[in-house]
Amino acid sequence: MSSITLTPDIAPAVMPKSHYANVRTTVMSWLFTVDHKRIAILYLISITVFFAVGGLFASLIRIELLTPKGDFMTGDTYNKVFTLHGVIMIFFFLIPSVPATLGNFALPIMIGAKDLAFPKINLLSWWLYMLGGVLAVVVLLRGGLETGWTFYPPYSTTFATSQVTIAILAAFLAGFSSIFTGLNFIVTVHKMRAPGMTWFRMPLFVWAHYATSIIQILGTPVVAITLVLVAIERVWGVGIFNPQIGGDPILFQHLFWFYSHPAVYVMILPGMGVVSEVIPCFSRKRIFGYEFIAFSSMAIAIIGFLVWGHHLYVSTQSTYAGMVFSLLTFLVAVPSAIKVFNWTATMYKGEITFEAPMIYALGFIGLFLVGGLTGLVLASMANDIHFHDTYFVVAHFHYVMVGGMVMAYMCGLHFWWPKMTGRMYPGLLATIAAILVFVGFNFTFFPQFILGFLGMPRRYHSYVEEFQILNIMSTMGASVLGLGYGMQPFYLLWSLFKGEPAGDNPWRAKGLEWQVPSPPPTFNFPDGRPVVIEDPYAYTIDVKEADSVAQH
Amino acid sequence: MSHSTDSVVAHHFEDYEQQTESAMLGMWLFLAQEIMFFGGLFAAYMVYRMKYPDAWATGSEQLDIVLGGFNTVVLLLSSVTMASSVWCAQKGKNKQLIWGLIATLVLGFVFLFVKYFEYKSKFEHHLVPGTHFFFDAAHATGPVIGSPTQGQLQLFFCLYFIMTGMHALHMIIGAGILIWLIVLAMRGYFHPQRYMKIELFGFYWHFVDIVWVFLFPLLYLLHRHG
Repeated sequence: MSSITLTPDIAPAVMPKSHYANVRTTVMSWLFTVDHKRIAILYLISITVFFAVGGLFASLIRIELLTPKGDFMTGDTYNKVFTLHGVIMIFFFLIPSVPATLGNFALPIMIGAKDLAFPKINLLSWWLYMLGGVLAVVVLLRGGLETGWTFYPPYSTTFATSQVTIAILAAFLAGFSSIFTGLNFIVTVHKMRAPGMTWFRMPLFVWAHYATSIIQILGTPVVAITLVLVAIERVWGVGIFNPQIGGDPILFQHLFWFYSHPAVYVMILPGMGVVSEVIPCFSRKRIFGYEFIAFSSMAIAIIGFLVWGHHLYVSTQSTYAGMVFSLLTFLVAVPSAIKVFNWTATMYKGEITFEAPMIYALGFIGLFLVGGLTGLVLASMANDIHFHDTYFVVAHFHYVMVGGMVMAYMCGLHFWWPKMTGRMYPGLLATIAAILVFVGFNFTFFPQFILGFLGMPRRYHSYVEEFQILNIMSTMGASVLGLGYGMQPFYLLWSLFKGEPAGDNPWRAKGLEWQVPSPPPTFNFPDGRPVVIEDPYAYTIDVKEADSVAQH
Repeated sequence: MSHSTDSVVAHHFEDYEQQTESAMLGMWLFLAQEIMFFGGLFAAYMVYRMKYPDAWATGSEQLDIVLGGFNTVVLLLSSVTMASSVWCAQKGKNKQLIWGLIATLVLGFVFLFVKYFEYKSKFEHHLVPGTHFFFDAAHATGPVIGSPTQGQLQLFFCLYFIMTGMHALHMIIGAGILIWLIVLAMRGYFHPQRYMKIELFGFYWHFVDIVWVFLFPLLYLLHRHG
C-alpha cells in the first residue's frame, strides 16, 4: 500500500478532458457561476489587478522618497498616493487574498464538500467586492483620497477635499463581501464535512479560515457602521464625531480599531494556514503539535478582539487602559509564537526539499518572526511614544503584511497552482522569483526600521538629508521586490498553455484536495462523497522504513 | 398532494436536514453580524450618554412617548403574526400563511407610517441635526433637564435619527422581502417540506423587533421616572 503512494507516477500525467474550468466557456458562465472554484478564479484575477495597482502606488512612494526634497510630487499628491496604496492593498488585496482565492478554492474540497454551503452568497460576495473595486477606481479617477486608509475624523469629515464618501462606500461594500465569505466558511465547516472528517482531522488551513471567519463576521460590521457615520457626518455636515458639537474623534478611533486591529489577523491567519499545509508536505513529516496550532488560531482570533487600544497610546487614552491593552497585546504574541515553534519542530529531522512553495514558507517564518517581535516593541507603551507614527511602524506592519501575508499568499498560490490549473510552472523561475522577493523585501523594509528608530516620521514626502542613504537602499530593494513579483504573471500564464500536466498530486501531498483530479471536476469528487479515514498530515519520512513496513 | 424532500435539496447538499441546518446556522451568523452592526451605534450612544446625561434626558423628554409606545405594541404584534405565519407554513396551512404574512406587512407599514409622523414633527420643531437645528427651550415639547448645550442636544438627535433610521431601513428591506414571500405563498410555493424561506425571514423580522425593544427604552424612556 505505502509503496504505491511513494513511487512517483512513471506514466506522464495527462490533463482531464473535462474539468470545472472548461465545462462551460462563455463569459456569462464565469461571471454568474456558483462553483466555488470558478469564483476563486474570479477573485484571483481581480485581486491580482488590485495588487498591481496598489504596487504601482508603492513604487510612486519609493520614487518620491529617493531624495530628501519633495521634488517628484507635491505634498497633496503624496498624501493621495500613500492613501490609495493603503486602501487598495488592505481592502482590495490583503483581506480577500488568501480566503477568497485559495480558501474559496481549496476549503470545500479539503473537508470533502461539493461546494460552499451558500454558492449564491459566494457569488454575491464577489460581486460586492467588484462593485467596491469599481468605486475605488472611481475615487482614483475623480481625484483620489488623502485621508490615509484610516479615515480619521475630523480630517476625513471636515477638512478633506477629496472623494471620502465614495471611498467609504467602496470599503463598506468590500467589507460586506468579506462578511459573506466568512459566513459561508463557518457554515460550510460546521455542516458540510464528509463522513470521517472530524474537527481534529481538518487541515490546519481550514482551522485558520474558521478563526478568520469569526473575526470577519464579528468585526467587519463595526467598521462598516463607523464608516457610515463618517459618511453621514460628511454629507450632512453633522455627526457623531464632530468636536464642534461635543462629538469625540477618539470614539471613532476606538470603533475603527475595534475592527481594524482584528482585521490584521484576518490578513495573517489564513497565511498561517497556508504555511501549516506547506511545511509538513515539503518536510515529509506529520505536523508537530496539531492541536496547538489549531487552538492558537482560535486564541489569536479571540484575544485579537481585545487589543485595539494599543493604537491609541498617544491619543489621550487612559494610561491604565493602555496598560491593560499592552498586556493583552503581549498575550496575543503567545499563540503566534506557538505556531512558529511548531512549524520549526515539524521541520526538525524532516526530509526538507526546496521547491518554490517551501522557499516562500521559510521566508514567511523568518519575516513573520521579525514582524511579530517588533510588534512587541511597539506594544510597550513607553517605546511607542518614541516609535508612534515613525517608519518603525511602517516597517513592522509591512514585515507582517508583506513579509507575512503576501509571502504566504504566494506560497499557497504556488502550492495549489497545479491543482487549480492542472499544469506545473517552471520550477527554477519560480524559485528565482521567490528568492528575489525575499531578498528585495528585506532590503526594502529593514532600512525602514532604522529610519523609524532614528525618528523619521511616516506620511511625509520630504525628510532631512541624513536619512537619504537608507531611503535609497529601501527604494533599490523595492525594485528587486518588484522584479520578483513581476516575474510571476509571466511564468504562471506561460504554464497555463505550455506547462507540463501536473497530475493529481505533484507534491505527494496528503489531504483530500490532492486525491481528486487536477483540475477538479465541477462537483469536486468524481467518485462520490469521500469517507475520511486518516488525518491530513499522515506523511512518512523514511522510504526504506516505509518499504519494510509494506513487506510485513 | 404529497411532496418528497428530494426535490427541494440543492445539488451540493446531501440531504434535506443538512440543507435546513446550514440555512439556519447561516441566518444566525448573519444576525450576529447585525448585532455587531447595531452594536457600534449602541456603543456610541453609551459613550455620549455618560458624557452628556443632561442632554440625553432632555432629548429623551422631547420624544413622543405615546407614538413610540404605540409603535412598540405594533411591532410586538407583528412578531406574533410572523410567528404564527411560520407555524402555518410548517403545517401546510397556506391560506392562513398568506393572511399571516399580509398582517405582518400591514403592521410593518403602520409602524413606518407612525415613524414618518414622528420624524415630521421633529422636523417642524427644528430638531433635525444640521444648520437649522435649534432647540427652543421656551417652546419645547417636553421639560428641560439641567443645562444641555445646543451641540450636545444635536448629538442626541443625531443618534436618535441614525439609530431609528437604521432600524427603519431594516423594516423597509423586511417589507420588500415580505411582499416577495406573499407572492410566493400565493403561487403555492410553500409546503411543509419547503418553508425555510419563511422560517429564516421570521428570524430576521424578530431580530428587527428586538432592536426596537432596546431602542424604545434607550431613546424614549430615559427620564420618565418618578
